[in-house]
Amino acid sequence: MQVLSVSTDSHFTHKIWQEEELSKMVDGGVPFPMLSDQGGRIGQVYGVYDEDAGIDIRGRFLIDPDGVVQAMEVLTPPVGRNVSELIRQIQAFKHVRETGEATPSGWTPGKPTLKPGPGLVGKVWEIWKPEKAF
Amino acid sequence: MTEEQQPCVQPSKGPIGVGESDGSEPSRDESKQEERKMIARVGKPAPDFEANAYVDGAFRTVKLSDYKGQWVTLCFYPGDFTFV
Repeated sequence: MQVLSVSTDSHFTHKIWQEEELSKMVDGGVPFPMLSDQGGRIGQVYGVYDEDAGIDIRGRFLIDPDGVVQAMEVLTPPVGRNVSELIRQIQAFKHVRETGEATPSGWTPGKPTLKPGPGLVGKVWEIWKPEKAF
Repeated sequence: MTEEQQPCVQPSKGPIGVGESDGSEPSRDESKQEERKMIARVGKPAPDFEANAYVDGAFRTVKLSDYKGQWVTLCFYPGDFTFV
């Protein structure tokens, strides 16, 4: 899993933020490339550039090894992300990719999966119940 | 990696193959700006781009397509030194 962070700050600002603050939160600083999107051109094609504010808002895109977007989540600035949910989605997408199965709502590793096909029609209730969503 | 001298402003391509004439020069007229709308969709190829980056204590350009074959989490955020 490769993380890439992107903001409209310059790569020079990224260097100072890494040195002055992030390295004090994370030993050695954050271990992923910090990308600069000055002008917001990348943010525009990902639908996260706010023209009025001139910044990229909080958007997270999960991209598979073929370069296909599998998931996206976009939030306004005051609310941070939930990393546990990102990790759960990565586990679920990897499982789907490896097995061809589907993961119902609330799936985490070890919980029942669905094997799509004619035999499953009308039978999901036997495998999945609402309490499994939590 | 050897420390290379780099110019103060290093152009990077930004989005690749999106509303650009041929990618050889950045487009500045407004009609081109119009074409740059959201094209990222789940289940569709992620729009490729090239950006300047700070990585491992150095400056370099990073292309999304360099990471083909790996899972990638692309995280946009409002700005360095902001609070959340």
